[in-house]
Amino acid sequence: MLVTFLDIVIAGLLLGGLYALIAMGLSLQYGVARVLNISHGEFIMLGALTTWAFYTAFDINPLAALAICGPLAFILGFIIHRTLYKRLLNSSGSLALFEGNSMLASFGLMFIVQNLALMFWGPEIRGYSYLAFPVDLAGAVFGANRLVTLGFAILIGLTFYFFLTRTRIGKAIRAAAQDPAAAGIMGVDINNVLAICFGLGAAMAAIAGMLISMSYPVHTGMGLEYTIIAIIVVVLGGLGSIPGSFIGGLLLGLIGSIVTYFEPGLALAAYYVIFILLLLVKPTGLMGKS
Amino acid sequence: MSILEAEGITKHFGGLTALSGIGFHVDQGEILGLIGPNGAGKTTLFGLISAALPPDRGVIRFKGEVITGLKPHQVCRRGVARTFQSVKVFPNMSVLANVMVGSFFGRPNTVSAAAAEGESVELLEFVGLSAFAAIPARDLTLANQKMLEVARALATAPELLLLDELMAGLNPTEIGLAMDLVTRIRDRGITVFMIEHVMKAIMCVCERIMVLHHGEKIAEGTPKEIAASKTVVEVYLGESAYA
Amino acid sequence: MKHKPRLPQGLLTTGSITLTVLVLFATLPGYASIYTVILLAAIFMYIVLTLSWSIFSGPTGYISLASAAFLGTGIYTSAIFGKMLPLPVVVGIGGLASFCLALLAGALTLRLKGIYFSMFTFGLVELIKHLMLWFEINLTGTRGRFVIVVDHITVYYVMLVLLALTILTAYAIRRSKFGLALQSIGEQEEAAAHTGVNVTLVKVSAFAISAFFVGATGAIMATRWTYIDPYIAFNYLFSFMPVLMAIFGGMGQLYGPIMGATVFAYLEEILITRFPYFYMLFFGIILIVSVLYLPNGLAGLIQGWQKRVWGARYVHP
Repeated sequence: MLVTFLDIVIAGLLLGGLYALIAMGLSLQYGVARVLNISHGEFIMLGALTTWAFYTAFDINPLAALAICGPLAFILGFIIHRTLYKRLLNSSGSLALFEGNSMLASFGLMFIVQNLALMFWGPEIRGYSYLAFPVDLAGAVFGANRLVTLGFAILIGLTFYFFLTRTRIGKAIRAAAQDPAAAGIMGVDINNVLAICFGLGAAMAAIAGMLISMSYPVHTGMGLEYTIIAIIVVVLGGLGSIPGSFIGGLLLGLIGSIVTYFEPGLALAAYYVIFILLLLVKPTGLMGKS
Repeated sequence: MSILEAEGITKHFGGLTALSGIGFHVDQGEILGLIGPNGAGKTTLFGLISAALPPDRGVIRFKGEVITGLKPHQVCRRGVARTFQSVKVFPNMSVLANVMVGSFFGRPNTVSAAAAEGESVELLEFVGLSAFAAIPARDLTLANQKMLEVARALATAPELLLLDELMAGLNPTEIGLAMDLVTRIRDRGITVFMIEHVMKAIMCVCERIMVLHHGEKIAEGTPKEIAASKTVVEVYLGESAYA
Repeated sequence: MKHKPRLPQGLLTTGSITLTVLVLFATLPGYASIYTVILLAAIFMYIVLTLSWSIFSGPTGYISLASAAFLGTGIYTSAIFGKMLPLPVVVGIGGLASFCLALLAGALTLRLKGIYFSMFTFGLVELIKHLMLWFEINLTGTRGRFVIVVDHITVYYVMLVLLALTILTAYAIRRSKFGLALQSIGEQEEAAAHTGVNVTLVKVSAFAISAFFVGATGAIMATRWTYIDPYIAFNYLFSFMPVLMAIFGGMGQLYGPIMGATVFAYLEEILITRFPYFYMLFFGIILIVSVLYLPNGLAGLIQGWQKRVWGARYVHP
C-alpha cells in the first residue's frame, strides 16, 4: 500500500516536472508579453524532433542538443515577437484587443510551424532509446530518463527564478509584468523585454521538447496536446504567475498520476474538469491575485 | 417625499473600507449634490445604487421598494439611470443608436422602433447633439460624449438620474451648458443626484449637498450650510494643503 | 441633419439577388454533376458554421472556440438516433441538443471575460471529447459508431435549407433590437447593463441560437462520414476554421463570413487531398495576414474600395 502510494506520488512528480517546465514558458509569454501562445506546443515539437534528428542522424547526445535547440528557439521566438507581436501590439487599440488578436495570430503560427514540420519530417511517430535503464527509488522503479527530466525541470525552474530575482534584465521583466508603462519610464526598453520573454518562453518549450523526446514517442502533430496541458497548468497556477505555474505543474502531474492509477482513460478528462471548474470558481488560479 | 432611501450602507474592498454605515435620502424632484475628496467613496456609492456592486451590508429603497440585490438592468428599468465618471459610450455605434439602446431596453414596457427613434432624436436635441446623430460616438469630443451619456440615460425614462462627474474635463463654456442642462433635466420632473468636483457648479445648481469623507457621511445641508461648515472646510483645506 | 442613407431600393436588390441565388441552388441538382452537389454541400456547411459563429462572436467580441463541441453534439445525435427517427427529426434534435448545451455552457461561463472565455470554450470541446471516448470504451464497449447513409442530394437539400435559415436568422438579428443589444454588449458591456440590457440573457440566447444551426449541421453532415468516433466528431479544427473564415471575410457585413467561408471551403476541397500540408500552411499564413493587415476582413476591403470609388459620401469627420 505504501509502495503503491509512493509509486503514484513519484510518477506524479516526474510527470509534473515536465508539465511545470512547459507551463513556465507559456506563463512567461502570457504574463509579460500578453500573448496566449497557442503555438507553444509547436516549439516543444520542434525541440523534440530536432533532438531526435540530431541523435539519430549525427549521434549527438540529447542533452548536448540542448545547447543548440535552446538558443535557436530563443532567437526564433525573439524574432517572431519583434516582427509579428510587436506590430500587433501597436495596431491593437487596447490590451484586451491585443490579447484576442495575438491569440488568433498564434493559431496561425501553430498551423504554419506544424505544417512546415510535416513537410520536412512527415507524420510518422518516432522515438529513440536514451538513458532508458531502470532506477530503483524506494522500491518503485522508474526510467533514468524520467528522473533526468525532473532534475532538469527543477534546475531550469530554479535558474529561472534566480534570473528573474537577481539579474538586471530579470528585474526589468518583472517590472514590465507589473506595470508596462512605469517600466518604460524607468528606462526599460519595453519592446526588448517583451521579445526576450517571448524568446525565453520558446527556449523553455524547446528544452521541454528535448526532454520529452527522451521518454516519449514524438511526432509532428504532438504540439497541441502539450499546449493544452500548459494552458491548464497556467490557469491552475494563476495566469502570469511563474511560481504558480511551477507548483501547478507538479500538482497537475500528481492529479494525473492518481487518476491514471484508478481509471487510466480519464486522466485527460480529469484535467479538463479541473480546468473548467477552476475557470468557473476562481479564474485567477490558485496563486493568482484577484 | 423621498424617492431614494439608504440605511447602513457598508462596502469593503479587501481590507479597505470604502463606505461604512452610510444613511441618506434623496427627495423627489430635488438636485442633490455629492462631494468629497478623492477616495471618499462617492463613485462606490453610485455603483451600489445602480447595482454595479453588491453592498456588504445595508439596504437601498427606491420609491419604497428594496432594490438591493437586483441586477443593473433591473434597477435601470425601475427608473434609476446613471452616467459614468470615465465615459462609457458605445464607440462604434452611431450617436442615435447609442440613445436608442436606452429607449429600447431601459424601460419596463416595450417600445416600438419608430417611437424609440422619435424619442431619441428629441433627446439628442435636448442635450444639443442633433447635428451628430449619424456619426459614430467615438468621433465626438469628450464633452459631447458626456452629453451623449446623459441622453442615453434619459432615454431609459428614469425618475432618478445619477450623474458621476458630468463636468470633469469640460471647459468653462461647456460647464455653463452642463449646469443649465442639469436644471432642465430637473424641470422635466427627474430627480438628480450628482457627484461633482466643480464647486461653482455644485453650489449653484444643487438644493442640498451631502459630503463624504473616508467612507463616512460628515455633513449634509444646503449649499450655504455646507460652505459654512467647519468640518467640510477642514477636509477640503486638508486636501488642498497636500495638493 | 445628415442621416445614414437607408436605401429601401438597395434592400430590394439584395433581396431579389438572394432569392434568385436560392432558386438557382434549389434547382441545381437537376442539371449539375454529383461532384458539384457534394462540393456545394461542404461549402454550405462551412458557411453555416462561420455565420453561426459570427452571429454571437461578431457583435460581442467574445471569441468562442466551442463550434466543434456543437458540431460534435449534432454528429453524435445523428449516430445515436439516425436509425430510429426520420431525418428531419434527427436534424432538429441535433440542433436542439447543441442549443441546450450552449444554454448550459453559456449560463455558466459568459461572465468570463476575454481570453478566459476562449480558453473555457476550448476546454469544453476537449472535455466532451474525452468523456465520450471514455464512455464509448468503458460503457458501450465501442470506439466509434456507424452513421446511416443518406444520399447526396438529400444532404444537399437539408444543408441548403439550414443555410437559408442561418442567413435569414443572422439577417434578422442584425436588423433587430436584439442585434442592437448584442452590439452594445460588445462595445461596452457595463454601460449596456446600466442602460437596461439584460446582458446575461442576451448573450446566452445568442450563443444558443448560433449553436442550434451548428448542431443541426452536424446531424446532417455526419451521414457523410459514415463512421465517426470522438476524435472525428469533436475535431478541434471545426472550432478554429469558423473563426478564421469569419475574420478573413470580415464581420462588419453579413456577406463577409459567407465570402470567407466560401473561399476557404473551396480551397479546402481542391487542395486538401493533394497538398494537405500546403493547405494548412496557407491557412495559417492567411490567418496572420488577416489579423495584421485586414482588421475588417475582405468585406472591410471591399467597403474601403467602394468608399474610394463612390467618393467621400460616407466619410464622417
